[in-house]
Amino acid sequence: METKPKMIEIKDLHKSYPMGKDSLHVLKGLNLEIKEGEFVSIMGASGSGKSTLLNIIGLLDTHDTGTYRLNDELIENLNEKKAAQLRNKFLGFIFQSFNLINYKNAQENVALPLYYAGMSRKDRNEQALKYLDKVGIKDWAHHLPNEMSGGQKQRVAIARALVSHPKVILADEPTGALDSETSHSVMDLLREINKEGMTIIVITHEEEIAKASDRIIRLKDGIIVSDEKV
Amino acid sequence: MFDLDRWHEIFEAISKNKLRTVLTGFTVAFAILLFTLLFGVGNGLQNTFKKQFADDANNAIFIYADKTSKAYKGYQAGREIKLKNDDLKFLVNKFGDKIQFMSPRIYNFLKTTYQNESSMNDIRAVKPDHQFLENTIIESGRYINQLDLERRSKVAVIGRLVEKDLFKNRSALNKNIVIDGLSYKVVGVFSDEGGDREERMIYIPITTAQGIFGRNDEVDQINITFNPEMNTEEAIAFGKDVQQELRKKHDIDPRDDNGIRTQNMAEANQQVGQMMFGINLVVLIIGLGTLIAGIVGVSNIMVYVVKERTKELGIRKALGATPAAIVGMIIQETIFITALAGYSGLIVGIGLLKWMSPHVEEYFITNPSVSKSVVIGATVLLVVSGLIAGYLPAKRAASIKPIEALNSR
Repeated sequence: METKPKMIEIKDLHKSYPMGKDSLHVLKGLNLEIKEGEFVSIMGASGSGKSTLLNIIGLLDTHDTGTYRLNDELIENLNEKKAAQLRNKFLGFIFQSFNLINYKNAQENVALPLYYAGMSRKDRNEQALKYLDKVGIKDWAHHLPNEMSGGQKQRVAIARALVSHPKVILADEPTGALDSETSHSVMDLLREINKEGMTIIVITHEEEIAKASDRIIRLKDGIIVSDEKV
Repeated sequence: MFDLDRWHEIFEAISKNKLRTVLTGFTVAFAILLFTLLFGVGNGLQNTFKKQFADDANNAIFIYADKTSKAYKGYQAGREIKLKNDDLKFLVNKFGDKIQFMSPRIYNFLKTTYQNESSMNDIRAVKPDHQFLENTIIESGRYINQLDLERRSKVAVIGRLVEKDLFKNRSALNKNIVIDGLSYKVVGVFSDEGGDREERMIYIPITTAQGIFGRNDEVDQINITFNPEMNTEEAIAFGKDVQQELRKKHDIDPRDDNGIRTQNMAEANQQVGQMMFGINLVVLIIGLGTLIAGIVGVSNIMVYVVKERTKELGIRKALGATPAAIVGMIIQETIFITALAGYSGLIVGIGLLKWMSPHVEEYFITNPSVSKSVVIGATVLLVVSGLIAGYLPAKRAASIKPIEALNSR
């Protein structure tokens, strides 16, 4: 197997949350490597630390000790501004609850990351439409989120995650709010995107969804208990 | 601030959340409305005071004589003092160009007749300078002149209302009227901003009056205006000097408050000025208080708005919005809403002042309005208030961790 560059490299990662006087130790010395172009799912019961891990990878939260390299860049002492810029440049997010802005239509939602990347209005609307077409809901470009089905909303969110050409797509329970048929079509879409070379990390607690990826990492009590190819 | 795209983002947020925007703006609009009304009414009061004093020149000093109240230099107390023609010469020699205009006055109250119409009128016998002392406005003909004084002419300059009373709708000019049995030729008709009483006045030459009324060289009163280049303190001091010099000339005790009396408009002006300052200060304090209440109101609502939008702001952060972008957006939105709402308040306020203007004159409020400088000042104040009102919520918005924001409901 050819060696691809490392996209994510985590060594001895610790994270705890203060809980009153005590603190809750969530991640306890975690080691993980994900190469460019991988399609990985992270599984675990609630409280296993899988969401915390995704948030740290996604630069939405910070780690306490250990090292984290994203695209060979060491992530430490990031200020909010730098974190925001890195998120905009390297990461695309897909959430369980879609997290679309409810007063913006599909096209405007998709175009938003490009606004923060500093692209002109005309260009980003063009790009947004292109990606809506790619996820198959170009006709819904001018609809508000509350006029769309769950599957359609998640497609908008996927288009939004892709539009800024990130290095990694982070999906937190992307099918959690969808029926099984819609879930399959969303996973098929992610597979398609992966085939084009995108690194994808999916968090899920559904075996069936996890099996649609190439590699399953299982977490328990803040450490990796298994890491296997599908 | 001039990023067109950010404006677009803000317009979108505002136009799609109309109720929220209206509620936010209302406090400021109301505060500015009250602010405008207060300033307008304050100005109206000021206008009323200015009008009250428009009758006489505001640099006038009036000099009267009465009985002394202290014995001095061998004279008994209670001696009657008379001002005379030579007192005018004395003042000119003594004070020179400190005096701008000067005229004596002799008063009388006599029956005036033209054909079948007659009325009782105040008569003032004066010199030509008096026109400027009293702000008399000549409507037709002319005022008393130097030639009238020299010839002791029997001429009269009558008020607009005297003409109306005696001549109805005809012109009085060059007609002869009878004052106390003697015929005078009307050489001029005047108006006066001092009111109806002033416009029922008749002016005749002082020399004529001194002869006819048997007053010889006496006068009832001397009016002067001081050189307007003097400041208030100099003018007040000048008034006191005039009084002291006349007391000395008439052998009156310098400490005697009677004998020679003066009334200096500079002192009245100073008092009115202090009172206007007081009124303005009160208006300013209440106005600013209202405005501060408005700013606090907006700030509170914006804090709430930010809380309500926490999730949206979290999404924006996840998609790459920097804290500066978030702060900028919130502050700019607040400034925009404050400025827009404030301006509507201002316009409604100006409209209300215009509308109320004719109805409030009896309450000592004349032409209530706000000046251009107040409007500009208010605009600047609004932008600044927007900045202040937006600061706290923006700071809050920027400090939200994206992950907490995303998890909020």
